[in-house]
Amino acid sequence: MQKSLKISFIAHSVILIISSITLPFLMGRVQAPLVMSVDLVQIGERTNIPYAPKVSDGAKTDKKIKDRVVTEQAPPKIVPKEKPDAVPLPENIKQIKELLEKRQNPVKVEDLTKQTSEFEKKEIFDPNKISALIDKSKKDNADANSKPSLEATQSQQKNVVTSKLTITQEDAIKAQIFKCWNIPIGLPYNENLTVRIKIKLNPDGSLVSSEILDQARMNTAGQTYYKILAESALRAVKLCNPLKVPSTGYEKWKEMQLNFDAKEMLKG
Amino acid sequence: MKYKIFTILALFFILTAKSFALVSVDITRGNLDPLPTAISDFYLDSKLGDNIKKLQLESKIPELIQNNLSRSGLFFALEKKSFIQRPEPAHNKPRFEDWAFIKTQVLVTGKISLEKEGRLRVEFKLWDVVSATELSALAFYTTPDNWRRVSHMISDKIYERLTGEKGYFDSRIIFVSETGPKVDRKKRLAIMDQDGYGVKYLTLGNELVLTPRFSPASQHVTYMSYFKNLPRVYLLNIETGIQDLVGDFPGMTFAPRFSPDGKKIIMSFAQEGNSDIYTMDIKTRVVEKLTDNPSIDTSPSYSPDGSYITFNSDRSGFQQIYTMKSDGTNVKRISFGEGLYGTPVWSPRGDLIAFTKLYRNKFYIGVMRSDGSGERLLTENYYQEAPSWAPNGRVLVFYRETPSDSSGRGGGAKLWSIDLTGYNERLIQTPTDASDPSWSGLLSGK
Repeated sequence: MQKSLKISFIAHSVILIISSITLPFLMGRVQAPLVMSVDLVQIGERTNIPYAPKVSDGAKTDKKIKDRVVTEQAPPKIVPKEKPDAVPLPENIKQIKELLEKRQNPVKVEDLTKQTSEFEKKEIFDPNKISALIDKSKKDNADANSKPSLEATQSQQKNVVTSKLTITQEDAIKAQIFKCWNIPIGLPYNENLTVRIKIKLNPDGSLVSSEILDQARMNTAGQTYYKILAESALRAVKLCNPLKVPSTGYEKWKEMQLNFDAKEMLKG
Repeated sequence: MKYKIFTILALFFILTAKSFALVSVDITRGNLDPLPTAISDFYLDSKLGDNIKKLQLESKIPELIQNNLSRSGLFFALEKKSFIQRPEPAHNKPRFEDWAFIKTQVLVTGKISLEKEGRLRVEFKLWDVVSATELSALAFYTTPDNWRRVSHMISDKIYERLTGEKGYFDSRIIFVSETGPKVDRKKRLAIMDQDGYGVKYLTLGNELVLTPRFSPASQHVTYMSYFKNLPRVYLLNIETGIQDLVGDFPGMTFAPRFSPDGKKIIMSFAQEGNSDIYTMDIKTRVVEKLTDNPSIDTSPSYSPDGSYITFNSDRSGFQQIYTMKSDGTNVKRISFGEGLYGTPVWSPRGDLIAFTKLYRNKFYIGVMRSDGSGERLLTENYYQEAPSWAPNGRVLVFYRETPSDSSGRGGGAKLWSIDLTGYNERLIQTPTDASDPSWSGLLSGK
């Protein structure tokens, strides 16, 4: 009796611990501000403006974010255009990195502020800015060195969030493929005929490989419609090669899954 | 305990799966532009005799295929002049770069060779230029004079392989050929290929003929002809030319049409100003009355599975479209728009009903779903009616009359086709004026 109680207690607590880690994540969109992390530094480029409406009112939310700094976010408005000039020298990066690693304590970030505030002259310095810079330098290195980036050491929450494309980026890719895809008009619109294609891309957007994820269905008898749809989808992917891709965030889009579904078009 | 471990494992699985999820992009739109297609000349086997070489089938067959595919509105055939590779190597192993260079997405190649007893072997291959693969290859055996038929069959195979839907090129259209002045019009039954080629007359023209309809299951046609000023329903076997009177009713019969299995004829039958819908078994000649209403019920047409019938009726006060079960129960009105609706015809695909609509002195050909929703008017004109479906349910043929001028000249009827998009409307050339078309099923069967 006691033994089973113990087992039950241990097992329950294990589940409790695991769910406390995983559940907020499973709910999704737990902390929307996190979305902005990577793209923010790319403010100079029109197509890369991230979808992060919550932080767009800069100054106001800035304080809030500061209060609960967990990551190195920077709201778009307070990233000045001159930012690239202010990229710290390599030694600085090293220093900052070290500091950042200990950065759990916001006070230390404050120290950092003091150090670099001279560098930045009299401008009121925001720790978030620095971290944004660091983030960028990391990003740039990321492609060359296969070293795990800072992000990878962050909570999984973050990892998931950054694996999404921004809506603008997604739309840009969709728009290209829409043009290349010649829909086979004789397909039935009342059947589930989604074709999933996994593509791998080079940093310049050229196609490395494309692969139909349900290859087996291609050669199954009675799946003629699926086969025809899949062939047309493959043609679309190849006709669109090379894709115009975002200039950054290669890690995010170097592999993508495209779900081709002609239902809506055929119904119309 | 085991169960709990499972739960934990499952949780971890979900966790990891999600964090490594691929970026996923939904592609729900594409274009409906005609597919760029290159149809290369076929190449002739060197053993062919001069008498066959003279026929120039190596270019005539591809031209006919091109004509078919272009008319469908779904393919854009590229100029032959732009082709880089010659027909023979292209058929054996195309250099896909050469074909991709001229921006075609698919390529058709072929070979004609001689078989025993002077028969031809016509082989074609369909290539996906973008993916650099062969999509299909087939050979047909035929006599040289049957090359048009083979071209239509090849067109159907290409159409089906690329759109996912059966083709309609290997089919015929029967219609009423009209000659002579308006007051003394000579009306003959005529038949031709769906592209307007090879018109043949089936009746002499000393009797008035009306509403010919193909059997979906055989080479039989039903039509009406006047006998002693009374319209009668006839059956005609196109292959043998044998004509047969179907029953002898005391009243007037109208708009006969076959059931999908070809075993029954459904028609309306008028007596003392009231018209109802009847069926008649062709073999046993047993007649069954399906509607019993004081209104005028006419133009019946079966659904392709034979379980429903659509017809028009003025029981609501105006002529509208109705459906009912094939035993006459469950009558439902399905058209509710303004104007008058007539000549409903059920699509061979089963999803749509085509109709003629009269609204504000204009005639429209339109389609609606079989429950009456999604009405779409495809074409508007001064006078047009009697739509008939192509065997694949994507194209309609109908006839259109143009108004004559004040002196009574001009103004004739012609056959037109239109596809479901409403954009691809085409005149079908006929040697005389033509009306009341009916499209056959595929000649090579389903």
